[in-house]
Amino acid sequence: MRRGPSWFNLVSITLGFAFLYLPIVLLVAWSFNASKLVTVWGGFSTRWYAALLQDEQLLAAAWVTVRVGLLSATIATVLGTLAAIALVRGGRFRGRTMFSGMVYAPLVMPEVIMGLALLLLFVAMGFDRGFWTVMLAHTTFTLSYVAVVVHSRLVTFDRALEEAAQDLGCTPAQSFLKVTLPNIFPAVLAGWMLAFTLSLDDLVIASFTSGPGATTLPMRIYSQVRLGVTPEINAVCTLLIAVVATGIIIFSLTQKWRTGAAARGPRQEVS
Amino acid sequence: MTSRPRSRAVILPAIWLGVLFAFPFLLVFKLSLSDSALAMPPYAPQIDWGGGLAAIKTFFAALDFEMYARLTSDRLYLDAYLTSLKFAAGGTLIALLVGYPMAYGMARCKPATRNILLMLVILPFWTSFLIRVYAWVGILKPEGLLNVFLGLLGLDPVSLLYTPTAVQIGLVYSYLPFMVLPLYAALERMDHTLLEAAADLGSPPWRSFWQITWPLSLPGVVAGCLLCFIPMVGEFVIPDLLGGPGSLMIGRSIWMEFFANRDWPFASAVAIILLFTLVLPIVLYQRQQARALEAGR
Repeated sequence: MRRGPSWFNLVSITLGFAFLYLPIVLLVAWSFNASKLVTVWGGFSTRWYAALLQDEQLLAAAWVTVRVGLLSATIATVLGTLAAIALVRGGRFRGRTMFSGMVYAPLVMPEVIMGLALLLLFVAMGFDRGFWTVMLAHTTFTLSYVAVVVHSRLVTFDRALEEAAQDLGCTPAQSFLKVTLPNIFPAVLAGWMLAFTLSLDDLVIASFTSGPGATTLPMRIYSQVRLGVTPEINAVCTLLIAVVATGIIIFSLTQKWRTGAAARGPRQEVS
Repeated sequence: MTSRPRSRAVILPAIWLGVLFAFPFLLVFKLSLSDSALAMPPYAPQIDWGGGLAAIKTFFAALDFEMYARLTSDRLYLDAYLTSLKFAAGGTLIALLVGYPMAYGMARCKPATRNILLMLVILPFWTSFLIRVYAWVGILKPEGLLNVFLGLLGLDPVSLLYTPTAVQIGLVYSYLPFMVLPLYAALERMDHTLLEAAADLGSPPWRSFWQITWPLSLPGVVAGCLLCFIPMVGEFVIPDLLGGPGSLMIGRSIWMEFFANRDWPFASAVAIILLFTLVLPIVLYQRQQARALEAGR
């Protein structure tokens, strides 16, 4: 028999999670504070949210961020999935070590170095810095995360299914589209979401690779934060957290629904 | 049987990463050997492609290690470098001390509870890094929530914002999930009958922990520590928002050289030094991950 958690376990879990969540909870709560002072609770109010809608620079930055995120996450998902397939299924091709190094290095590379390196590339190529350079930079660093997520799903996927499809007359491309892709799709979707949120959150790489006219939301928040804590920033941050949290909840619900449907349906989910 | 489309999958990502990841590092290295100049882009020499072989020769002749020499002679950068390593090592150690009991406790919960807790550890990873660091500004500043709380308890206010302590708190807070996840993965896999066997044979709990649990969780400890240490060394946002002038870290000095002083060659040299420092832990981490992936197959 396995023993349950002891009081020591419970205390360390409670304290650990309090440490992780209290700052965020406080920030969200204070975004509804009617008073401008942090020390005074002036009652519940949504006035700071209303103020956001008047801030045109902020809205413009948000729009840039969303466009960069959607585009870079989509390209990164395609490239990351291809990279994962090459790593899992490609066998021992020449330059494999080099390739896997390039795929996984951005995960641990300090952002400052990534940003600097990409900026030098854009300068050397004579690109005007702006929307497109941020998009290219974000695709590059997020595709690694997609590759990791898809990779972990692909290794558990039974290859015999693909071979069966090919024995039944599918071309390799058809067997990929009809058998492999539907099976790894949850991971591909998770990879896209991760890429999108990473792009949404990135400050450092965007600051290096962006130019005039393409200020992203984190860059805008950062320039405001340097001037001090204000209720408006708390409100923007709360909205960002809400958007991301909603996305994750919807995602995990659809996952549950999918696996539930697969378990009930005639075809068992292969895992 | 290797079908050809599989191997063709490598082409696109390889080209993309080659152009946008590997090649730029060569540029950083080249630039770190150049000289600063008052021009746009602010460095010399530039390659004159029209000048033929002779121009390329003079270009290479103009490269030198001057920036690196400056790096070793300037106390400021040596300090920033050592401060970064010190903060990262300290932050990793504290994260381990906080994260281990958390992961251990999580692994002992019921499976349903475990999954919820796991989700709760992952969730902060999805929320913006900048926002999570910013949340601490509001807590730690002199008229912030921490001092309001201490005031309610009748205690003296503390001034933590813009101190090394604040940077340390920020580092531990931001990277704690990176520590907990690999630890949890290692502890959850552990075979609990081993502990029961040890108890049956008369081993006290602390001894079972040191001789069974700790050695078995070591891969998780190593992965968690590397995963925290590597990004902490190059951290920019945390020392910038929470630290004062006394906590200049190397990531922040690259940023300052680049944006404030516009000394691109020098910033590149600092980046190359940072990269060389991190190569060893990065390679260690990748080898460990590769082993774990092979084992998981």
